[in-house]
Amino acid sequence: MLTKRIVPCLDIKNGRTVKGINFVDLRDAGDPVELAEIYAKKGADELVFLDITATEQKRKTLIDLVLKVAEKVNIPFTVGGGISSVEDVELLLNSGADKVSINSSAVKNPQLISDLASKFGSQCIVVAIDAKQIDGEWMVHLVGGKVPTEIKLFDWVKKVEQLGAGEILFTSMDHDGTKNGFANEALAYLSELVNIPIIASGGAGKIQHFTDVFLKGKADAALAASVFHFKEIEINNLKKELKKNNIPIRL
Amino acid sequence: MKIVIINYGAGNIQSIKFAIQRLGFDAILSDNISEIEQADKVIFPGVGEASSAMRKLKATGLNTIIPKLTQPVLGICLGMQLMCNYSEEGSTSGLGIFNAEVVKFDKKLKVPQIGWNQIKNLSTNLFKGIKENEYMYLVHSYYVPLNKNAIATTEYGIEYASALQKDNFYGVQFHPEKSSISGEKIIKNFLELSHENYTRN
Repeated sequence: MLTKRIVPCLDIKNGRTVKGINFVDLRDAGDPVELAEIYAKKGADELVFLDITATEQKRKTLIDLVLKVAEKVNIPFTVGGGISSVEDVELLLNSGADKVSINSSAVKNPQLISDLASKFGSQCIVVAIDAKQIDGEWMVHLVGGKVPTEIKLFDWVKKVEQLGAGEILFTSMDHDGTKNGFANEALAYLSELVNIPIIASGGAGKIQHFTDVFLKGKADAALAASVFHFKEIEINNLKKELKKNNIPIRL
Repeated sequence: MKIVIINYGAGNIQSIKFAIQRLGFDAILSDNISEIEQADKVIFPGVGEASSAMRKLKATGLNTIIPKLTQPVLGICLGMQLMCNYSEEGSTSGLGIFNAEVVKFDKKLKVPQIGWNQIKNLSTNLFKGIKENEYMYLVHSYYVPLNKNAIATTEYGIEYASALQKDNFYGVQFHPEKSSISGEKIIKNFLELSHENYTRN
């Protein structure tokens, strides 16, 4: 049976992990490769690297990182952050990334999704969407949720699927950072609306939230960062608990 | 041991090279016909769309070379699908090694299937030391129905062939290079295959 996925997300700046990371068994808390290896050993199903570097050397440092991760890590990983062209994606995939995630660039140029899907296949194109509710309506936001758009989340998700996205990474800006649980109602609706896998993001605080996001939110995968980085939740414990709740999980 | 990964511009081959390195071997990426013919082991990767991948193989003449290879050959993901007779994806003929047709998953399922699923009914030395129902990482929209070349099966809506074997040709739908320790074990098993142990166990 296809299992639900647990996906730690690492924020990367200039080739180093950012946000505090609290791992006693980590020799270098800023080394994304070492952290990725630890997560793979603990049972993470895949990894996401989100590059927030804003310098001109961005591309080169990111490619170096992707090569190092591919060399050491034996589970799949997605790379996102500022990817805006077919050339960017080609370089990342050729360096060993399994999937790429595009966000603002897809909103600005939806054609990019179909260009990427036809060249590389839908299976490696993740469209990340940040949204929050405005007057009861889920609206797409850009720049990490800071800039609102006129685009309705559910319209955009439908369009993204039609253009050839292989997966949706949905972050609820209303839930992100709250540690109060995922946006299960919106997630469940999304899951019915489209026929491609949904990765849920934003709101993980405790194990119960993951149980809920799979049972109530009907998500295919759940992404989280700080609860894993600060060891508030251990991936192997989390997966055992999910299994106890009859959620299909790889142990 | 000389290991060649066929490089025909179809997808993520760096990861396979790295996985082989983690096992203590080295592999070269090549589209050179004599280099491929002289290899001890050949890996035939593939990520992307079937008809365009087939066009690339035809452009280099690899489509006629691959079916004639006599050493162990391992097709991975799209590589395995291209080793079949025909694929619905882009309505393309394949290399005709496996007598099977590649078809699309039912619309009622989420497509692509992305993630970790179980392999069972394991047969041949490719799966030596791998337990039934082990998890492998899969990413695909098209699949090979059950057929007599199947050496592993997986369930997604229906039960389908997730690995195939005929003579010296092996194919896996999953990505062993991305399937943690068990996936690496399968690659190691492949690298240890010899003519004597092609037969089914």
